[in-house]
Amino acid sequence: MPKVTYTDHTGESRIVEANVGDSVMETAVRSGVPGIVAECGGSLSCATCHVYVDEAGLASLPPRAEMEDEMLWGTAEDRRDNSRLSCQLRVTDGCDLRVTTPATQV
Amino acid sequence: MADGLLIIGSSQAGVSLATSLRALGYDDPITLLGDENHRPYQRPALSKEWLQGEITNESLMFRTHDYWVEHRIDVVKNERIIRIEKRDDGSGVAHSLSGARFAFDRLALGVGARPRRLLLDGVDLPGVLYLRNADDALELKARVPDVRDVVVIGGGFIGIEAAASLNRMGRRVTLLEAATRLVPRAVGEETSAYLLDHHRAAGIDVVLEAGVRRIVPRGDRVGGVELSDGRVVAADLVLVGVGVIPNTELAESIGLVCDNGVRVDECALASDGVTVAVGDCANLPNPVPGAPQGDRVRFESVNNAIEQAKVAAYAITGRREEYARIPWFWSNQGDVKLQIAGLSTGHDRTLVRGDAERGKHSVLYYRGDRVLAADCINHPLDFMAVRNALSKGLSIPYDAAADPSVSLKSVTVDPTALVGAD
Repeated sequence: MPKVTYTDHTGESRIVEANVGDSVMETAVRSGVPGIVAECGGSLSCATCHVYVDEAGLASLPPRAEMEDEMLWGTAEDRRDNSRLSCQLRVTDGCDLRVTTPATQV
Repeated sequence: MADGLLIIGSSQAGVSLATSLRALGYDDPITLLGDENHRPYQRPALSKEWLQGEITNESLMFRTHDYWVEHRIDVVKNERIIRIEKRDDGSGVAHSLSGARFAFDRLALGVGARPRRLLLDGVDLPGVLYLRNADDALELKARVPDVRDVVVIGGGFIGIEAAASLNRMGRRVTLLEAATRLVPRAVGEETSAYLLDHHRAAGIDVVLEAGVRRIVPRGDRVGGVELSDGRVVAADLVLVGVGVIPNTELAESIGLVCDNGVRVDECALASDGVTVAVGDCANLPNPVPGAPQGDRVRFESVNNAIEQAKVAAYAITGRREEYARIPWFWSNQGDVKLQIAGLSTGHDRTLVRGDAERGKHSVLYYRGDRVLAADCINHPLDFMAVRNALSKGLSIPYDAAADPSVSLKSVTVDPTALVGAD
């Protein structure tokens, strides 16, 4: 089963088994991973599912679409080159994605 | 404290309250009770992405079964509370229609609102639907394949979202709005005008100032909608979205003060000082910093359900945190992504920033030099800039914002820093 590793800003990690096709946001929220709020439920409206993607996984992801890119300019914690909104990241077969959540989403 | 907290209502507000409490370390039992035969699910997509088949049932679920078990939140489905006995200390027993009893040390109401029903001839015909919960949405979705003509009554968010979805699904859609413009209560005139043009161009027949006289049958089911001018619009399906009424009956039965919702204070506490009420059913002090004293609001939004539930969770754990936030809203309507930051009430001028070529457009609402709110269409950059500025008490000067080539973030300033600057 694919899995996603969520590390919070204090360095604590949690590994969650994920379903192919689900988003990295859904995978976290449904299991109660702290650090991802996702107020809008994945409709790209709130920018409270901001994550920093581990460099190793970055290249495997599709690039940001314009709306995601714009939303990321307003996140609670400043964007970096590896910033993504986790509602836009789909879990793929065999993926082993590692992301870090910011100290705050709102 | 053996019985713990009973939360009546397992939609966004109830779920947020339960999860916030566990995040705060609240250790007493929590019962999260809903009257639908579904696991707690998210409603916003029902009129949009879910209706159009873009997302699955599973992606609507708030949490996995394991989450509820692990966090000792007892999720009860399909139980409708019809009577509550409450003692002065806030504890009591709730009785359901099925005869079950739910004892509680403390009660929380997240009972939401119900669709306002049309009172016209023909509204009980098969094919006249409302859209509030999953069962409504399942019925709507099941009927769509057999439908060609749809009439949506009500040009608010639900009506427009559903109309846009059904239009995209290839149905012939007529949208009737009684007012002179779309979404008159939630957006300003410029935004209404933009939405009207957009949805008409997309193929929806929008009729403003439409008076509905009755629903016309065809055989034993719905056949059309007769307008007050006598014209009949054909319909195989009529969807009614004319607002909601907060569910206050239970609260009233236990003596809580209600007035367009259950009246609560800044900490989500009802008039007995113990019971909390959260989400669409609550009438609360306007949470916008600087709002007029005594101003009260009732929101129908996810953001409010989440944020108000947080202060309610603090109140239940004995900590007083007042609700002070900038509300925000979203509505996806076909190709339109509308995001609203703040409340425009009391504005005296507007500023329209547009990039018409790319379909991006925002309306900023000002009172004097102070920005109060923004409606942003396909313009997340402006939305985030205004929401962040309002949240931090910062200002976006009108004249600077008037230049559409500048980013609002770049012209945001701290008004307190300007005092005495010269």
